[in-house]
Amino acid sequence: MSGAHHYNPDDPPVLEVEDLSVDIKVPAGTLHAVNKVSFSVRPGETLSLVGESGCGKSITSLAIMRLLPKAARLSASKIIFDGQDLAALSEKQMARLRGNRIGMIFQDPMTSLNPVYRIGDQLEEIYLRHKGGGRREARERAEYLLEKIGIINPTQRLTQFPHQLSGGLRQRMMIAMMLMCDPKLIIADEPTTALDVTVQVQILQLLRSLQEEFRMALILITHNLGVVARMADHVAVMYAGQVVEKGSSADVFRHPTHPYTRGLLECIPHPGQSATRNKLGSIPGIVPSLVGRIDGCTFRNRCNYAFGDCATAQVGLRDVEDGHSYRCLLPPETFAAGKLEKA
Amino acid sequence: MQSEEDKYPQAQQVDGKPLALDIQHLTQVFHIGKTWLNEGKPLRAVDDVSLQVRNGEVLAIVGESGCGKTTLSRLMLGLQKPESGAIYVNGQALVDVDRKAFARRVQPVFQDPYSSLNPRRTIGEIIMDPLLIHDIGTLEEQRQRVEETMAKVGLPHRMINSYPSQMSGGQRQRVAIARALVMKPEVLICDEPTSALDVSVQAQILNLLQELRNELNLTYIFISHDLSVVEYMADYVAVMYLGRFVEVGPARDVLERPKHPYTQALLGSVLTPDPELGLPDIDLGRGFPDPLNPPPGCRFHPRCPKAMAVCSQKEPEKLTVDGTEVECHLYAKEDADIPV
Repeated sequence: MSGAHHYNPDDPPVLEVEDLSVDIKVPAGTLHAVNKVSFSVRPGETLSLVGESGCGKSITSLAIMRLLPKAARLSASKIIFDGQDLAALSEKQMARLRGNRIGMIFQDPMTSLNPVYRIGDQLEEIYLRHKGGGRREARERAEYLLEKIGIINPTQRLTQFPHQLSGGLRQRMMIAMMLMCDPKLIIADEPTTALDVTVQVQILQLLRSLQEEFRMALILITHNLGVVARMADHVAVMYAGQVVEKGSSADVFRHPTHPYTRGLLECIPHPGQSATRNKLGSIPGIVPSLVGRIDGCTFRNRCNYAFGDCATAQVGLRDVEDGHSYRCLLPPETFAAGKLEKA
Repeated sequence: MQSEEDKYPQAQQVDGKPLALDIQHLTQVFHIGKTWLNEGKPLRAVDDVSLQVRNGEVLAIVGESGCGKTTLSRLMLGLQKPESGAIYVNGQALVDVDRKAFARRVQPVFQDPYSSLNPRRTIGEIIMDPLLIHDIGTLEEQRQRVEETMAKVGLPHRMINSYPSQMSGGQRQRVAIARALVMKPEVLICDEPTSALDVSVQAQILNLLQELRNELNLTYIFISHDLSVVEYMADYVAVMYLGRFVEVGPARDVLERPKHPYTQALLGSVLTPDPELGLPDIDLGRGFPDPLNPPPGCRFHPRCPKAMAVCSQKEPEKLTVDGTEVECHLYAKEDADIPV
């Protein structure tokens, strides 16, 4: 089972985002959390936003759902979901989409389930709210879904409280909850980070099969490059609020071009690598502050290839090949010489 | 069954030198729901675990959450008294030395540097604390030792008066490592030291731990669920399942030729960044069994793809197969023949 082509590239996108920016007012000025991010996903496609903490991947997803904190300002030339401009919707219209046509799964299923309500009540609530209908109908749908996602004894599970379930089961409940209505788009923010490796694989398999069956588009937000490589059709690597490299999963992982992407991949120990023989690559330094005006390349203070122009020039996305682009002043051949070396 | 003498055997020696850490038949039982008239239900969090680590070696303990890794690390740190069994550090039994003397020799590095450092104390104070508690040296000597240790873990001197909130996750984990090292311990117990960190920072911390090990001849017990990190760091690997070690051996052997079906499943779940491979197809059934009601026979048999009739009837014995200790009926010839 390979990652690619569970979608039709000719389908119109479910979600199209163009030049999405989020600025947050902080005491020291304005923090540019997300800076002109553009992407699109089609039915059945998986797009992964990957990056380290603080790169803006979660804020991007909150911006799409219009769940940003009050101090944040959202601007975009386009956020079109299924033909509707999300930025133009009223709060009431937006509330009708959330959980209904756009589903979200978060990292920690314990904090996203309400501890004082039974699982069944929490699942039914969504259905009653968005689909109307009666409680019995909602209960039937919940039981059907739990069975579908492989939960043994669904009737009994629905009467339990979140603390009675294991981490993997809780995350399955979150997935069932998201399926109560029929979402066209799922945004999963680190859905397996809190889980054991064996459970992680099961949850990813489940997401994948449901996505194929219901032709849902999936935006998978994670820092785990292994998960990205195995799940995503397309990848957008984010650094300091910008997309620094994007393309098909095969292109990005086989021909990583931006120094940051290459550095990240060298940071993970490969099978067979051991500390006594070869040291792990690491990216020196830390992420720059995003408060105030940002000039030049955001990665330059950690980049081995940085030169004078990196501090001042406008760095845009440029193509490596069709559909695979990166944000750097240097041509791709510069990095072709295998390992990242000190310039 | 065991006499008192067997229960507390002498510490083993290798080449005339005692082992850095020698754990023999360690068992910890919790009594869940215990009241003054109710015995409670026994939960065997650590069940007859033995391990030997030589000086300067890294032993990694891997397993899913709830398997007893953390209880084992608490026992090794002397934070809990085991129900039975013995722990020796360089030949000296934990029961013979007091808690404070023991703490000088075995130090922890915890998972989350955001919660393991006191936010209201400066870095210098945090690192100096162990020296004050153990009353080591004069104030001048203590200061000097803090500065030396900070330099060793790559923290700039100017940070000595900073607070944890002013530092990044990687820097905080360096502080936690410095706090452990300032006591010049023999054994460092690292409980998921990098799982709260970003990948690029994880690499920096792993490289640092490796350098420190070479420089100071430290012994690490490395508890992790990330097998690619384990493969990178460990000399020996112990795979833990429901309180027991199901496979122990040299890292190379365990990770390249895993014997126990559980180890095989764990390794099969590792997602390397290879876009061609897709998701692995593993079937381990649904979730971890209830440790209060462990299954009879081999504890792994309800989830095991290779389970045989004997697996639900008889507990597997510890066998040595190609230098690896395995608890699995697959490797015991006579067991396989027992009819259903």
